[in-house]
Amino acid sequence: MTPVIETHAVTKIYQTGHLTVKAVDQISITINQGEFVGLVGPSGSGKTTMLAMLAALLKPTDGTVFIDQHNLAEMNEAEQVEFRRKKIGFTFQTNNLLPYLTVRENVEFMLRLNNQYNLETRQKALDLLIRLGLEDRLDNLPNQISGGQRQRVSIARSLIHDPAVVLADEPTANLDTERAYQVTKLFADLIHEQNKAGIMVTHDLRMCRYVDKIIQLEDGRIASILDTRQAIEELVSCA
Amino acid sequence: MSYYLAVKEVWRNKGRFFLFSLVIALITTLVLFIAALAEGLAAANKQYLEKLDADLIVFQKNVDLSANASRIGRSKVNDIRRIEGVSDVGQIGFSNATIVFPDNREPLDVSIIGIEPDKPGAPPVTSGNNLQLDRGSDILIDANVVNRTGIKIGDIIRIKSIQGTNEEYYELRVVGTTDGQQYLYQPSVFIPYRTWDQIRPQASSNPSLVELTSNVVAVKLLENLDIETMREQIATQVDGIEVADIRTSYESLPGYRVQQSTLNTQQFFTLLIGILVIGGFFQIQMLQKIPQIGVLKAIGASNRTIAAAVIFQIIFVTTLGVLIGCLVTFGLALGIPENVPIMFLGNSVAIAIIALLLIGPIGGLVSVRLAISVEPLIALGLSA
Repeated sequence: MTPVIETHAVTKIYQTGHLTVKAVDQISITINQGEFVGLVGPSGSGKTTMLAMLAALLKPTDGTVFIDQHNLAEMNEAEQVEFRRKKIGFTFQTNNLLPYLTVRENVEFMLRLNNQYNLETRQKALDLLIRLGLEDRLDNLPNQISGGQRQRVSIARSLIHDPAVVLADEPTANLDTERAYQVTKLFADLIHEQNKAGIMVTHDLRMCRYVDKIIQLEDGRIASILDTRQAIEELVSCA
Repeated sequence: MSYYLAVKEVWRNKGRFFLFSLVIALITTLVLFIAALAEGLAAANKQYLEKLDADLIVFQKNVDLSANASRIGRSKVNDIRRIEGVSDVGQIGFSNATIVFPDNREPLDVSIIGIEPDKPGAPPVTSGNNLQLDRGSDILIDANVVNRTGIKIGDIIRIKSIQGTNEEYYELRVVGTTDGQQYLYQPSVFIPYRTWDQIRPQASSNPSLVELTSNVVAVKLLENLDIETMREQIATQVDGIEVADIRTSYESLPGYRVQQSTLNTQQFFTLLIGILVIGGFFQIQMLQKIPQIGVLKAIGASNRTIAAAVIFQIIFVTTLGVLIGCLVTFGLALGIPENVPIMFLGNSVAIAIIALLLIGPIGGLVSVRLAISVEPLIALGLSA
């Protein structure tokens, strides 16, 4: 198993006036290729901050982050932008898609951004969208499809450019339970099939049914790591 | 990539961007009409002086370069002619008269300009014959008179002038036409200087002047002489005169500077309003797009890509607006009556269009700055 995400004692402190908030405190984790991890915890536990640091969107106050064996701290801003473009796939909670691009164009946009846009990759995008059940929606704009469909488009966009890591920030927050399960299962299946490392931030433990590992955060620290099927099932069934 | 984003967004929001292009089109029409009005009014005032085939104009001293107030006697004209470097001189007299018609046509007020045939001050003849010294009842008319009255070469026209308290009528034969030669907002007619001296309105019907005087004297210099040096030289060598180059002369025409500065100010403020309107539109649009920009940056779009997309959009919308505005202006200009002083000249139209094309990017700079400053963290609902 190759580690794709490694953090060593990562800490993030926010300073607001005289107020100091330790959002993330000494977190060390390792996530391997083909592993789908649920990062869970209550509001304010530091999970989104952690995700932002893994995505090179936020610099840790202390500690190091390695993604695909690249130390993010050693990159300048332009390198970080390029790194995000090439190595990371993103799914957000809202405002995920560009409203003026169709379903197909939104997915192909990542190919264009990475100079990978050609007949072969276009076909790959089409296949992925068909796989996600969006073959009838290819030419629709985001406001013409449902929330679940939008999240599926977003998942396709996060995977199409062959990133090392896929990060999802509350991807099911705006979906009903049934659609949320569908989206999470699809996400997990694709991550496993394509052998990516995936992290899904969620406050809804039920959505962790399909993950391989659950990292629970509390007050910026790791409260527990569950990495056996039985432990995960137990936690999910209690939710 | 930037172009792709810009075009897709404009195309999928055609209505909104087209409406905004129409706003720019209206601004364009306004700016072009103000520019054309400035040119038209300026031309109506200065056209004759601007086209004068001379290098310098001599005025009487202490009249603030006012041609109407200036009087230059024949003796001074001879003094000027004798100065080394002066090629030729011509006396010019300005006055007003009215062309009247035997039928019920509206009389036409004209500037009646006395010139010395074949001397500086005589306008170029575009068709027909030139004036001659020994043919005192010949007259040249400018293109504006032709356009507004239909008078043609060979016609006998009646000119009404006030002599003392009486209306006097003079019949003159049109021998030729010149191009546009308006002076003081009136079309011009040209007659030999001595005839002009008789026809021009005078307080007394029997003037008894010691010598023949003109209002100003047009001076043509020998080639390759420095105009400014010669201007000073002439002013020094002849007493009681003031010498100005052509530009200074027409800028001293009554109301010229005030009128031009008023119109230029209007044009400037219209452009300024254009900058604010364009800036405001793109700024509001950008504020609405901040979450989108955040997502774009989070997934790896660079500031350069995003800024270029915004600039492409601004240029596209502005260019479309200016293009529509030019077409609207052209259409409207076709229906404007002949006597409205509107003149679309290549230079001023080009300057106005360049300024209009520049106000888009200038106005949009604020929104570009805003786009660059958006943090990708916004995509995750965080802030730096």
